[in-house]
Amino acid sequence: MVPAWVVVVVSLAYLGLLFGIAHRGDQRAAAGRSLIASGGVYALSLAVYATSWTYYGSVGRAATRGLEFLTIYLGPALAMGCSAIVLQKLIRVSKRYRITSLSDFAAARYGNSRLLGGLVALIAVVGTVPYIALQLKAVSSTFRLVSGGAVSTTDVPAYADTALYVALVLALFAILFGTAHLDATERHEGVVAAIAFESVVKLVAFLAAGLYVTFGLFGGLTDLFEAAAATPALATAVAIDGYGNWFWLIVLSAFAVLLLPRQFQIAVVENVDERHVRTASWLFPLYLLVINIFVLPIALAGLLTLGPAVSPDTYVLALQQHSALALLVFVGGLSAATGMVIVETIALSTMVSNSLVMPLLLRRPRWGGPGLADRGDLGRLVLRIRRVTILVVLLLGFGFFRITGDALGLVDMGLVSFAAVAQFAPALLGGLWWKGATRNGALAGLTAGIVLWAYTLLMPELARTGWVPESIVRDGPFGVALLRPQELFGLTGMGAVGAGVFWSLLVNVALFVGVSLAGRRTPAEAGNAALFVDIDRRTPGPGTRFYRGSVPVARLRDLLARFVGAEAAAALVTEHTARRGVPLPDEALADPELVRQVETALTGAVGPAAARALVASVADEEPLGMAEVVELVGEAQHLRELDRLKDEFVATVTHELRTPLTAIRAFTEILRDNPDLPTEERARYLEIMATETERLTRMVNQVLDLARLESGQASWQVTDVDLRSVVEEAASATAQLFTDKEVALDVEVDGPGPLAHVDRDGVMQVLLNLLSNAVKVTPPSGRVRVAVRADDGTARIDVSDDGPGVPPSDRELIFDRFRRGAAGGTGLGLAISRRIVEQFGGTLHVSDCGGDGRGATFTVGLPVPARRR
Amino acid sequence: MSRVRAKLIAVTALAAACFTYPLLSLFDRPTLVLGLPLVWAYLFAVWAVLVVAVAVLSRRGD
Repeated sequence: MVPAWVVVVVSLAYLGLLFGIAHRGDQRAAAGRSLIASGGVYALSLAVYATSWTYYGSVGRAATRGLEFLTIYLGPALAMGCSAIVLQKLIRVSKRYRITSLSDFAAARYGNSRLLGGLVALIAVVGTVPYIALQLKAVSSTFRLVSGGAVSTTDVPAYADTALYVALVLALFAILFGTAHLDATERHEGVVAAIAFESVVKLVAFLAAGLYVTFGLFGGLTDLFEAAAATPALATAVAIDGYGNWFWLIVLSAFAVLLLPRQFQIAVVENVDERHVRTASWLFPLYLLVINIFVLPIALAGLLTLGPAVSPDTYVLALQQHSALALLVFVGGLSAATGMVIVETIALSTMVSNSLVMPLLLRRPRWGGPGLADRGDLGRLVLRIRRVTILVVLLLGFGFFRITGDALGLVDMGLVSFAAVAQFAPALLGGLWWKGATRNGALAGLTAGIVLWAYTLLMPELARTGWVPESIVRDGPFGVALLRPQELFGLTGMGAVGAGVFWSLLVNVALFVGVSLAGRRTPAEAGNAALFVDIDRRTPGPGTRFYRGSVPVARLRDLLARFVGAEAAAALVTEHTARRGVPLPDEALADPELVRQVETALTGAVGPAAARALVASVADEEPLGMAEVVELVGEAQHLRELDRLKDEFVATVTHELRTPLTAIRAFTEILRDNPDLPTEERARYLEIMATETERLTRMVNQVLDLARLESGQASWQVTDVDLRSVVEEAASATAQLFTDKEVALDVEVDGPGPLAHVDRDGVMQVLLNLLSNAVKVTPPSGRVRVAVRADDGTARIDVSDDGPGVPPSDRELIFDRFRRGAAGGTGLGLAISRRIVEQFGGTLHVSDCGGDGRGATFTVGLPVPARRR
Repeated sequence: MSRVRAKLIAVTALAAACFTYPLLSLFDRPTLVLGLPLVWAYLFAVWAVLVVAVAVLSRRGD
């Protein structure tokens, strides 16, 4: 055993190191050189999932319940497998709408509901405090174990309990690095860096413990397993204890890995780059796999060598016979506990301040009104609320652990926490894919789910501490056996936890769906639902808001300044004015886009429910009607699609322009670097460069043409045009091309020459394009025929060639932009030609020439003057 | 839905089936395979395959 003072010094040194790392992380973030900008660090920080429960509790669970402990890691492995779908969407939505906690997410999705946000925050606190208590308990009891004392802490006065001091140090850490400033994104790089480091420490320490037990105390894995197999009493440790529990624990942990406050904080709020999710989708499950390899071996070794007096929850430490190793293992456990506590309290502090305290404070009208001006810096108030929350949560956790004493098991209480946050799944994850989900549905489901959770899961746990009479759990309330919490309505066979999870989630989902289907949504709810569900298809256009009101710029700016400071508020307004291009005097009314930006910025600081209330109070807003919201959301989608088309076009144009440019550059460099090239070679290169430059010019002109056509800015002079003269002019203009390639050109004009009601230059451009394509695809000594005819209301020009023809599947595609046919060229000519003739109400299409698959005929159909029809 | 995403879902669903009743019960026997308990080795093997499959698929998504 290690002297207590050594343990204290090492623990303090370790915590000091954490402060150092977090400080460095914050410094680097401020300098723009992030420590945590990698998928690996993101995956490691996600491993905050592995707490004392994993570190000590899993072994205890394995010793008593067999392989069931693994379900808690299989669920996350499955959830991360499809993180590209679920987690990524959570991140996208949260980033775009500046959501910084679970409760804000719920509030924002369901029309900025204060009630729903408050309920989520409350459940999170109630469900998590016992879990925090267990981490403190683990630190306290392992401290006593490693320093040679009794494990139980019930006879130690509270002020002498290590856990109290650990709790205070952690509160200091969370306050220093988690609430240093009110940031619109609520990201804390220092904290994340420290958490990632803790994940490394606990993994290394646990592996060291496992390796020592397996190879030091036993002759390797097979030796250990064979020894266990020879002991019939250990058969249950390597078996599965009931498949009902097994299934529901996997479901539970798959939800928990996304919806526990600390997981949401790390996975969503602290995410630096969405692409890191890809790395984490396999690296985080791999971490969990590795940390679990030695759980069963340690449990078996404990059962084989330690007596029944030793609690299985302490096997990891109790098996270490070298004091240095024991100290390392203790530090590993400390890292597992502290990581969880730090992130959990920071996450809870955001929730409590955004969803419970601020909305309550803002109910008092004077807070939003002009009288608030003398109450200068509200941002500091928010920070103070968060700091107090952190301290209160930690002290609550410590108190809970002191009061319950040794009655609670690590894993049992942890599972109760998991089941509490799993109640968020229908409203949050369901609401991310189902637009029809309503606020009332979410409220009903969540409330019923949590009531059943309290009855079937929390109460039996509390009965162990004596807070609830044990007879209720054993015999049912008033002796009604059908209402026994762990066998509700007589349901048995899936284990106590499985049954509780089943009932609570069943009722939760049923009410969520039922009430949503039965009720109606408010316009704001419908609008937010569409923006959340279709996150990849809709961007709110400038000024997309579901409320209408008016507020002077100065008042809006002052409101923001009270939370983020005068400088940041002024910067936001200035930037908006610059983008708008028109000066915006202080007394002018703010345009909807500015109001939206201010509300989003406020959301980052105080959460969506409070932000909504604040803006509504200064702007005297009223909600829009359903029709207006639907129109706004539809418009957002339309704009988004136009944007996408434009992006595609720009990408293709740039790509096409690069080809000739590359050639020109290559030959220029050859000429520059080889001054003594033979003249004929030089001439050849210059010739190529000239050709490519020409092609480039043509392409740029065509892109400009196309842009003009598509924006409807091309100007046409539509008159009655004699097609015979146009065709003849086009033929003589291209005559040289035909002579050069020895291709014959036949022109046949029907009768005196049909008239068409078109722009002459436009038709000329189309014909030149068709003729030059035709001569390119026709082999030497072939033939190109042009025929002009008029029949019932349409004049037609056929251009037929002897080329390879156009396969039926491509007959529409060749008119797309950048779809090059056999003719080569820019790929824009046919697209432009078709658009030109369409401007005059004409058509352009291609067909076979004679149907034998050889050659193609392009037919231009043009309208004839009205009096001739 | 991109093909990579569809494949990720398929792989995850397959792993979920392997991790639960009834497939899992086929391996829940008190025997040692290469000195390792059968069901323990089975769970870790499926898990490892899942990790590798997700790693390969998510790299391809670039």
